[in-house]
Amino acid sequence: MEAIGVLMAGPMSPYLEKELDKRFKLFRFWNFPQKTEFLKENSNSIRAVVGYTTAGADAQLIDSLPGLEIVASYSVGLDKIDLEKCKEKGIRVTNTPDVLTEDVADLAIGLILATLRKMCECDRYVRSGLWKKGDFRLTTKFSGKSVGIIGLGRIGSAIAKRAEAFGCPISYFTRSEKPDSEYKYYPNVIDLASNCQILIVACPLTSETCHIINREVINALGPKGILINIGRGPHVDEPELVSALVEGRLGGAGLDVFEHEPEVPEQLFGLDNVVLLPHVGSATVETRNAMADLVIGNLEAHFLKKPLLTPVV
Amino acid sequence: MEAIGVLMTFPISTYLEQELDKRFKLFRYWKFPLKIEFLRENSSSIRAIVGTGRVGGGADTELINSLPRLEIVASHSVGLDKIDLVKCKEKGIRVTYTPDVLTEEVADLAIGLILSTLRRICECDRYLRSGLWKKGAFKLTTKFSGKSVGIVGLGRIGSAIAKRAEAFGCPISYYSRSEKSDSKYKYYPNVIDLASNSQILIVACPLNDETHHIINREVISALGPKGVLINIGRGPLVDEPELVSALVEGRLGGAGLDVFEHEPRVPGQLFGLDNVVLLPHVGTATMETRKAMADLVIGNLEAHFLNRPLLTPVV
Repeated sequence: MEAIGVLMAGPMSPYLEKELDKRFKLFRFWNFPQKTEFLKENSNSIRAVVGYTTAGADAQLIDSLPGLEIVASYSVGLDKIDLEKCKEKGIRVTNTPDVLTEDVADLAIGLILATLRKMCECDRYVRSGLWKKGDFRLTTKFSGKSVGIIGLGRIGSAIAKRAEAFGCPISYFTRSEKPDSEYKYYPNVIDLASNCQILIVACPLTSETCHIINREVINALGPKGILINIGRGPHVDEPELVSALVEGRLGGAGLDVFEHEPEVPEQLFGLDNVVLLPHVGSATVETRNAMADLVIGNLEAHFLKKPLLTPVV
Repeated sequence: MEAIGVLMTFPISTYLEQELDKRFKLFRYWKFPLKIEFLRENSSSIRAIVGTGRVGGGADTELINSLPRLEIVASHSVGLDKIDLVKCKEKGIRVTYTPDVLTEEVADLAIGLILSTLRRICECDRYLRSGLWKKGAFKLTTKFSGKSVGIVGLGRIGSAIAKRAEAFGCPISYYSRSEKSDSKYKYYPNVIDLASNSQILIVACPLNDETHHIINREVISALGPKGVLINIGRGPLVDEPELVSALVEGRLGGAGLDVFEHEPRVPGQLFGLDNVVLLPHVGTATMETRKAMADLVIGNLEAHFLNRPLLTPVV
């Protein structure tokens, strides 16, 4: 399969690069500053695109690759892929569900604990020698607080299962109520936010869910409420979030994603009620290997005319 | 009850101080640099000690002996290692503590320590705030879900930790002085075997003569370069110099520590490591839990001085 051209959208994984290199003619898109020229010269040989959270296959790229047969995303999120265009042109799309569910759910709980118990502040406090001067101030308990989850898919359900072990009553919002769910359903996000102390964003990013966390939702969550975002940055109206935190209208936030990664609003750096992570939801050795293996597996299946492992389209 | 003298050993809680002040003649021990003189002047009016689990905050033999009218020690903690229980029994002094109200809090922190140690949450937060994300991604860390968890001590706190870790798909095993017949978890008859068979080892047992340095060089070696130690018990449960050299030399994979042998002193060699999380003994330090603990201390003292049954007696 060495003659098959595969375009890798970004430097997402040295392990995946190596594995793609062994099997295909790999083009590292980020190594070509002149994208238009690169595409003019090589587009005919490119039959697959490997995308990820930062860059996938938008309409423009798809149009410039006449030989494109499959987009294999190194992510479960599909917001960087023009699915409509792929369907239209008969281009297959795969993603990496399930293998990263636990890691992302783990991080959501880690963000809740780090935010409520101010763990990073406490660690800084010890390392700076301040403990010798006196105790750190009191924080607030996690166990038993009401948790609201937006999106009760694989990740949302895994978060709920974990939060239940902490005695947290769980409620959720999704496009339609899940009849076999044991959790309380709210038909809109504002009602969910009004009735929980910890609100977690765990839904896909689409045109409907962009800025699903807006000023009204933030106000409903309130000065004692905590927002946790392990979805996508654009789920949240970031300037509104920042001003709510700075003004104390929102109690705190644990964020793994931002609207313009890797840029993060600097007004957040001075706050002690936020935890800011550089999009590490699935960033463990175990999970990233599993994701890479799934990308390779899907590509091999496609080019060997076998059923795709995790097709979306 | 204002004439009853109560000695508070450590400034653990302004709320507790306030409530004690309202009801008793409160002496704040930490405000008197000359302890011997203070005791000489005031010992005959002190009938109760309010102790804590913090270093210097207890009721040791010396203090008990210098308070001839001491009737009760009400500890603002569930740990009793700072109290000379034998001497109290001998002298008919009652002892109370604060079990149950702090169980969830401490168990929550244990899970928080596991996640922040394995997933490097504090390092990641520092990385982002220092602007390094613009230069490249943080390195890959290691997964929590599914890792084997070993708990030393399966009491209230150990069980609460186990319940939470189960939700992360972790197989649970434990060591305690004797096997718990109704436990569904796997029992190991000694700590070394437990450490050899766990990826995450959590210390959740009381501190006493038998458990002092229960985590020693052999246990640390058995846990190994991929193992993580979590201590939410007491500092002296761990041989701290051994722990530090194991971490610095890479013989232990990482550690999440809320307690240290000589609090608030923490070994400086730990500050340069990115595989440790260091917390200033905050296991119970939330507003909700500290209020509940203080209310229990007050409740026990009131019960005692009103000749009613103690709420949470130990002795």
